Amino acid sequence: MTIPFLSRSRTPAEDQPRRTVRLFISKDAAAVAVGAETVAAAIVRSAAATALPVEVVRTGSRGMLWLEPLVEVEIDGVRYGFGPIEPEALAGLLDAGILQADLKRLLAHPASLGPVDKIEYLAAQTRLTFARCGITDPLSLDNYRALGGCKGLEKALSLTPAGIVDEVAKSGLRGRGGAGFPTGIKWKSAHDVAGEQKYIVCNADEGDSGTFADRMLMEGDPFLLIEGMTIAGLAVGASKGFIYVRSEYPHAILALKAAVAVARKAGLLGANVAASGRAFDLEVRVGAGAYVCGEETALLESLEGKRGIVRAKPPLPAHKGLFGKPTVINNVLSFAAAPFILGEGAKAYADYGLGRSRGTMPIQLAGNIKRGGLFETAFGMTLGELVDDIGGDTASGRPVKAVQVGGPLGAYFPRALFDTPFDYEAFAARDGLIGHGGVVVFDDAADMARQAKFAFEFCAIESCGKCTPCRIGATRGAETIEKIMAGENDEANLALVADLCNTMKFGSLCALGGFTPYPVVSALTHFPDDFRRPAPRLQAAE
Amino acid sequence: MAPSEAETTARAVARQHGNRPDALIEILHGVQAVLGWVPESAVPALADALNLSRAEVHGVVTFSHDFRRQPAGRHVLKMCRAEACQAMGCEALVERAESRLGVSCGGTSADGRVTLESVYCLGLCASGPSGMMDGRVVGRLTAPRLDALLREAGA
Repeated sequence: MTIPFLSRSRTPAEDQPRRTVRLFISKDAAAVAVGAETVAAAIVRSAAATALPVEVVRTGSRGMLWLEPLVEVEIDGVRYGFGPIEPEALAGLLDAGILQADLKRLLAHPASLGPVDKIEYLAAQTRLTFARCGITDPLSLDNYRALGGCKGLEKALSLTPAGIVDEVAKSGLRGRGGAGFPTGIKWKSAHDVAGEQKYIVCNADEGDSGTFADRMLMEGDPFLLIEGMTIAGLAVGASKGFIYVRSEYPHAILALKAAVAVARKAGLLGANVAASGRAFDLEVRVGAGAYVCGEETALLESLEGKRGIVRAKPPLPAHKGLFGKPTVINNVLSFAAAPFILGEGAKAYADYGLGRSRGTMPIQLAGNIKRGGLFETAFGMTLGELVDDIGGDTASGRPVKAVQVGGPLGAYFPRALFDTPFDYEAFAARDGLIGHGGVVVFDDAADMARQAKFAFEFCAIESCGKCTPCRIGATRGAETIEKIMAGENDEANLALVADLCNTMKFGSLCALGGFTPYPVVSALTHFPDDFRRPAPRLQAAE
Repeated sequence: MAPSEAETTARAVARQHGNRPDALIEILHGVQAVLGWVPESAVPALADALNLSRAEVHGVVTFSHDFRRQPAGRHVLKMCRAEACQAMGCEALVERAESRLGVSCGGTSADGRVTLESVYCLGLCASGPSGMMDGRVVGRLTAPRLDALLREAGA
């Protein structure tokens, strides 16, 4: 199935005849981290030195992160890719005639990938949320509109608030942050409650290791998030929104702040959104390095300027959220799905997926994997297809030992569970979770006892301290695993860990303490050999 | 007694944010951007400016990993130690950095040049092991690349 604007690679600005060669290089943090800035600057310098008419457009990432820095050149409306072009490899690409757009010679370059749209990794995806990412100039509203942006907002402005909520509910969209709660129900609760001041809050505190979809979207297509939050504001009658983004994402913070300023200037945000007479404005707030602030109530506390301590629920944020007012709080990807749902209709979205998991999920392939990156696809692909076929197995070339799905609170799955389809219920049925869609691959060098210990340690570092199972349990858990690793009284200690996990799972206030047992128990269940250590040898007294 | 630089900075940054107590984290980021850390004497000044208790301000400062309570070295190297980077062998690189700098994570080298910190995820999970030197992200770290980074920082 093709999405109408996915295949478009021309924007109105390009329709005028021009001889300038256009190159595209990502400024996504993952590209910058491997030298994209150096490559872009060197290309600009070379073009200036040879007086060739070259324009370098900085985009977001296509999500094929093993190919970054990816350099694209547009020839007759088709974008041809070359990657990875780390700074050392640039000279060869210049020699091959990238500045002259000499297609014949370029195609013979060893890093030539052909037309980017045709690369199998991209062609196999269903990009609804990431349709524009990597293609568009992230801060160009003209680009955004030309590639289908603002269509959802226009539709929303023609509907009643209840009509918008109904459309989102019918799409089957579930919270992409990890919990999978139906977004339509959240919006309806906030819509139905009376209140003069309501808020929209975007949870962009993407702290899970193995996940970067929020970051990529905020850097590569920030207007989509702004449009999605505006639609939510119209739906529930909120005039103010906050984006709470983590401090570890400096590039995303800059992109968001710039995009909000552009949108405000263009009249898409402010007292009169798109000349509709309705108000909605956004503020970008930066977190301070606390993982627990990704938990929605801790995030609200932090937004109020307090310590990120988890609140007991009820009351739900939809009734009493930010500053005690009705609040819709959703993940970046949940808001970012709304423009498609409104623009193309709930059915178009719900037609993808399986069971109660509707639409697409931007899956992130990470860790020790050959082709790591973002892979947006309808729910239902198996874990094995994702890791082996799409991801191309491990980067190290050694066999896969374990795959952690869903971040630091997700379960470790062995190869024996690779037939699990990517779906909320299917993972839950096997004592796992899909969380925010992160898939971290480990090769056979991984020591699963060490991973289990790390899960407890991470929980201990990040616990907000409000509830005892999490605050004390995490520390005791790490100590006990350490004893098992030292071969001390392991049967009794294994029983103790199992019991502790049970207490944490059912006794913790939020998912941090409640889900830490997932990585621990799955490591114990699927990799028991890693926990059997030789008993310590008694040392003779000297 | 004249107010310290920390107090003056704290009050000025708070004023830029309209002395709004809900902006406390933004204000603390602002103070740290100017001074490089959040000195103890900034706490009562902020409490006064924002009409909060000292305990409330202290609580936020100490709760958040970002805020430093002592000055950092001239350069700050953050190394990601979360699962995706673990799968790519980050722990060996952390050990290497620790031994080169003669400190453990969280410490500053004796010559004051480099502070080494752990970070749990920079969102560069398909480009690991990753790190951040003075705010500049670096991916696909190897021992030679790490050494080059440390050399740049004069360590």
